[in-house]
Amino acid sequence: MAGRVVLHGMWASPYSKRVELALKVKGIEYEYAEEDLKNKSEELLRYNPVHKKVPVLVHDGKPIAESLVIIEYIDETWKEGPRLLPQDPYERAKVRFWTGFLQQQLFEAIFAVIKTDGEAQERAVKEVHEKLKVLEEGIKGSYSGGSPFINGNSMGLLDIVVCSTLGAHKIHEEVLGVKFLDPEKYPRVTSWVTALVELPLVKEATPPLEKVVGLLQFLRSSFLESAAA
Amino acid sequence: MDGVKLHGTWASPYSIRVKWAMKLKGIPFQYIEEDLFNKSALLLQHNPAHKKIPVLVHGLRPVCESMVIVEYLEEIWPQYPLLPIYPYERSVARFWVKLIEDKSPNVWMVYRTVGEEQEKAMRDSLEMLSILEEHGPNKGKKFFGGDNINIVDIAFGGVAHWMGVVEEVSGREMFDAEKFPRLHAWMGNIKSLQLIAENLPDQGKLCQYLACQREKLVSSSSQN
Repeated sequence: MAGRVVLHGMWASPYSKRVELALKVKGIEYEYAEEDLKNKSEELLRYNPVHKKVPVLVHDGKPIAESLVIIEYIDETWKEGPRLLPQDPYERAKVRFWTGFLQQQLFEAIFAVIKTDGEAQERAVKEVHEKLKVLEEGIKGSYSGGSPFINGNSMGLLDIVVCSTLGAHKIHEEVLGVKFLDPEKYPRVTSWVTALVELPLVKEATPPLEKVVGLLQFLRSSFLESAAA
Repeated sequence: MDGVKLHGTWASPYSIRVKWAMKLKGIPFQYIEEDLFNKSALLLQHNPAHKKIPVLVHGLRPVCESMVIVEYLEEIWPQYPLLPIYPYERSVARFWVKLIEDKSPNVWMVYRTVGEEQEKAMRDSLEMLSILEEHGPNKGKKFFGGDNINIVDIAFGGVAHWMGVVEEVSGREMFDAEKFPRLHAWMGNIKSLQLIAENLPDQGKLCQYLACQREKLVSSSSQN
């Protein structure tokens, strides 16, 4: 499959990172355009007029937005290379269910912890733990055979989303002072995330710890300031 | 072919999406009406993560989340296709489904809240309608899917129908025909389909049900 592929992304965006990982897993050659979110390129605004957000994948001039939609597009378009979604429709439904859960429930809950303090933050932390418990039970039920990696050691969509949601847990610990991934409470989730972040592809795509810590601290203080205003 | 069961409720727009998809595809199924205040053991077993409807059970395999179910149905029963053939057009359809999924809960919040919370829900609901009106992929077409309805029509059809009831129950107007002429025309087209018209909940009954829910929610929040 030929054609020019450009990814408009941002170095610290987990959504952007998901698409990068998918492209790398598939071995697709692409150009990367770093967006300054305070000064978005004219192209980004043209390619994603609805949300004006990253990531946007542009394939032969045609833009696709929304990270999970982009990754399904990549899997359907580049049939060579490892599959990002399983072949079996029921397994695909399970992947879509859990990626939806991770995105809508767990990711949002973690985001709430970042944006709040005091009692509100305590409630948000509690919610993260509730969601992690559901995820732990879910893996036990859905993937009792072992790792959800669909090609042995190759990442699939679900692995990519788990990685982008929980891979930064050490950063969360440092900035927020909360430890989410307790190996005793969530053994399966913890071992899955630990295995994912060690993959060379993931390590390559992970920005330096201090840089992300700095940005997250900055974001958190901006949220708290505007909430207090 | 294994049997298909759908656990749903008559008052849920999420339930109805799956029903529409199955009827369009001519999939025989058994419908199980769930009482949300007394959920069946089967439902809790099949959807332990959310304990919600709709749940499709195909043979012994449960599939949860309405749009995940619709994609599953599409893959197993390709007749009356709900997604385009080519990846790019599929990605466009999925983009709109995601937008509808992300923004439509604001519509429910309009009848579930009052005051500042309700104002925010109204603003967000109107924003969703504006985006669909301005950018929606149904320009010059009868439906989002062209001449036939597709996954986007299914995703938004339930939301749009319920919106009318939410307006009545909350006394707030959202779906103004002057502000959203294209969407109104689309709604007319959707409701003119016999299959859709025959598979909508009774309007009066739904109004009563949502009004009752609103009363409970609003009075309990004012007591806090």
